[in-house]
Amino acid sequence: MMKVLDSAIPVACWSCSVAHNESTLFCPHCTKIQPPPSGDYFTVFSLEPKLNIDLPALEHEFHRLSRRLHPDRFARATDSEKEWSLADTALLNDAYRTLKEPLRRTEYLLKRSGAEIGEEHSGKDRRDPSRVPPDLLEEVFDLNMQLEEMRMARAAGETDPELEKSLVAAKQKFDGLLDEVDRNLRAQWNAWDEGDEAQRKTAQSAMVALLDRRRYLSNLVRDVTETLGA
Amino acid sequence: MADAKVVGIDLGTTNSLVAYMQGDKPVVIPGVDGSNLVPSVVALDPISAGGNGRPTVTVGNSARKSLIETPERVIYSVKRLMGRGLEEVRSELKLFPFRLADDVEAGEVPRIQLGELRFTPPEISAYVLRQLKRNAERFFGAPVTQAVITVPAYFNDAQRQATKDAGRMAGLDVLRLVNEPTAAALAYGLDRANVGTIAVYDLGGGTFDISILKLRDGIFEVQSTNGDTHLGGDDIDNLLLAIALDEIHAEHGVELRSHPGAVQALRKAAIDAKIGLSAESSASFDIELPNGDRYQREIPREVFEILIEPVLGRTIAPCKQAMADAGITPEQIDEVVLVGGSTRIPAVRKLVDELFHLSARGKKAHTELNPDEVVALGAAVQADILAGASKSTEELLLLDVTPLSLGIEALGGVVAKIIQRNSTIPASATEHFTTGVDGQTNVAIHVVQGERELASDCRSLARFDLKGIPPMMAGLPRIEVKFLIDADGILQVSAREQRSGKQAEIEVKPTYGLTDEQVEGMILDSFDHAEEDFAKRLLIEARVEAESDLAKVEQAKSNPAWQQLGGEELAAIAAAEGKLIQAKGGEDAAAIRDARVALDVATRRLAELMMDAAVTDAIRGKTMNEAGEELNDNISAPHPMAAAEFK
Repeated sequence: MMKVLDSAIPVACWSCSVAHNESTLFCPHCTKIQPPPSGDYFTVFSLEPKLNIDLPALEHEFHRLSRRLHPDRFARATDSEKEWSLADTALLNDAYRTLKEPLRRTEYLLKRSGAEIGEEHSGKDRRDPSRVPPDLLEEVFDLNMQLEEMRMARAAGETDPELEKSLVAAKQKFDGLLDEVDRNLRAQWNAWDEGDEAQRKTAQSAMVALLDRRRYLSNLVRDVTETLGA
Repeated sequence: MADAKVVGIDLGTTNSLVAYMQGDKPVVIPGVDGSNLVPSVVALDPISAGGNGRPTVTVGNSARKSLIETPERVIYSVKRLMGRGLEEVRSELKLFPFRLADDVEAGEVPRIQLGELRFTPPEISAYVLRQLKRNAERFFGAPVTQAVITVPAYFNDAQRQATKDAGRMAGLDVLRLVNEPTAAALAYGLDRANVGTIAVYDLGGGTFDISILKLRDGIFEVQSTNGDTHLGGDDIDNLLLAIALDEIHAEHGVELRSHPGAVQALRKAAIDAKIGLSAESSASFDIELPNGDRYQREIPREVFEILIEPVLGRTIAPCKQAMADAGITPEQIDEVVLVGGSTRIPAVRKLVDELFHLSARGKKAHTELNPDEVVALGAAVQADILAGASKSTEELLLLDVTPLSLGIEALGGVVAKIIQRNSTIPASATEHFTTGVDGQTNVAIHVVQGERELASDCRSLARFDLKGIPPMMAGLPRIEVKFLIDADGILQVSAREQRSGKQAEIEVKPTYGLTDEQVEGMILDSFDHAEEDFAKRLLIEARVEAESDLAKVEQAKSNPAWQQLGGEELAAIAAAEGKLIQAKGGEDAAAIRDARVALDVATRRLAELMMDAAVTDAIRGKTMNEAGEELNDNISAPHPMAAAEFK
């Protein structure tokens, strides 16, 4: 987790010695590259920490900064500048990768605000019944049975068109539920971006729950897709 | 320093090339024989009695000639062994005539037995690189010490590190490793103000890569990449070879596998048949067996295509995965670029056409640039970007990705992914570790690369031992480890204990690979570096070449063609000979060079006459196959006394 930028601590530029705000990638005075700033991903792009983002503008800024920071531009520079270019570009790339993806962006911002978010776990604990959203318990149980049947049929070299049809239908249904989660998430984005302290808190816990549900659903869809595609 | 040339090198499985930026255009630098391609073949000459006991190493076309006579002293396709472990190399070698040194121990970088010496794969590659470096130096008349080297996009960390090590051994400062398909895109994209999505399908001698890029305002942003570092033209050759060997065994009762020289001759016939089938509807084998029998076999193209279908089919899944990872459908791909010699095969072009729905959309895959050269040309463009001095490339920037996810082995052998595949590089991840036992002062971290859920199914990268943790209660230390994949796609790791603020000491045990000291000890003759030694070497080389030219003229005097020359021509040759002998005795490499060019000019008609005679001979007395082979040999060296290219 990056240190949240709380105060602008002035530091002297390594090249021109003029003091500048610690969170800059380049010295505002002499424009030379600086060691990685301590701000978070939003400050890399000079953005307010918000969930609604202008993606074309983000891409444009990513390209503009890449042109200036990339190690290709420092192949014949001093060793320190090379090292900072590498570290700064890694930070820029990590920031861009996180912010351009709606889900990663949401998770990042929520974690940054102190929310606890379940980690992505693959493997067996996916079938742990306590992790199943209560309203889906029955359907998930049926689906897991069908998946097991399907795998056994495949292993025996048999085809079962009925079962396949029912799995495709289940996948469609869960895909629809995923879309619904995404719509709900976006609605919460606005509440978080525009709301006051209390509204933010409510939106935050709603989003944490939605992300958990989303992770569960997308693992389920992946299982069905893999089983159908095998 | 500013005007020192940075060259671009394509270190291929089958052939290697070196290129540079001539003004605003990348061009390939030819070797002394005039050929752009240097076969990635390294041979050990037999030790001469009077020598210093260390045999000479030859590289390229001349090394390839030794394949049939002294197969135990030749190695090729070494790229397939780069950065690989003992077991992998062992299974790989089943298909090749070379063998592992018998004293290799598990955990060491495998060494290959070549004659009486043993070499690691990076050392072999270093010889190829040194040859390319020398070709470039001969061309520029100045030392070359900086290079960009291309690697398959799907190369893992160990394979990349091994390539960088090879560069260092060859006396090259490797400024950047560039992925081959990305380099090809650069070569194509240079003279177009392209906007759009392109796919690069790169099927080479030993590796397959697919990369999908987005082009915009000079920025080449790789969206996804996939591939197979064990798939290429070699597999097709081996397939044809295996079939022929089995047939020979069944029909003639000869087990050729115990005759390495004969296997190499058959292998060459298989390669010729494969190449022939790209243009002809059928090809044939005609080989004399050790027992005097002939193995004759006709291969129609349809049969060939059925044979290779499983090999080509292995490229489909990586392409689909790359499109899925980039989140696009075939229809969203604007252009497809074909790279690698194997994309000359019509069946490959058909497969690509179907995969990306090209002709259905009125499109055609790009093949305008020579598929053997396009990667080296792109490497030269990237070299120019890094040199940073040229107008034509100042707007270009390559943003590449890491092909494989990076993970840490967690409890129960499960992988916790910390950097996902297709992340733009440089990329980093910070993880925190702690202790499980009171007073514990070491923490071990196992880093792996790959997509599987279990660490044992992924590729082990390295084991890091965090040492010197201040003794504390279990769970109290907080060790921050920063993983960074640099612009070459190679992992760097640093660690810090946060409670004590102490920089933790890390001991890295690369699972596959050489230590720094080992690389240092393998650096090829270090005299390559110094400028005065460089001049000395140029002089020595020029003298050796002069000797060889003079010997060839001497030999030609007994050729019937000599009798056809007129008195004036003979006098001109004699004069040029005299001048070269004189120059050879002097200290001026440039004078020797000029005298060689003069002799070359004086003997041009003689060479033509000799060539004509060879052709007539070939057609009269030999099978077409043999004649064709000789002709081909002659074509790669158009003039037996061709002058070196000097600029």
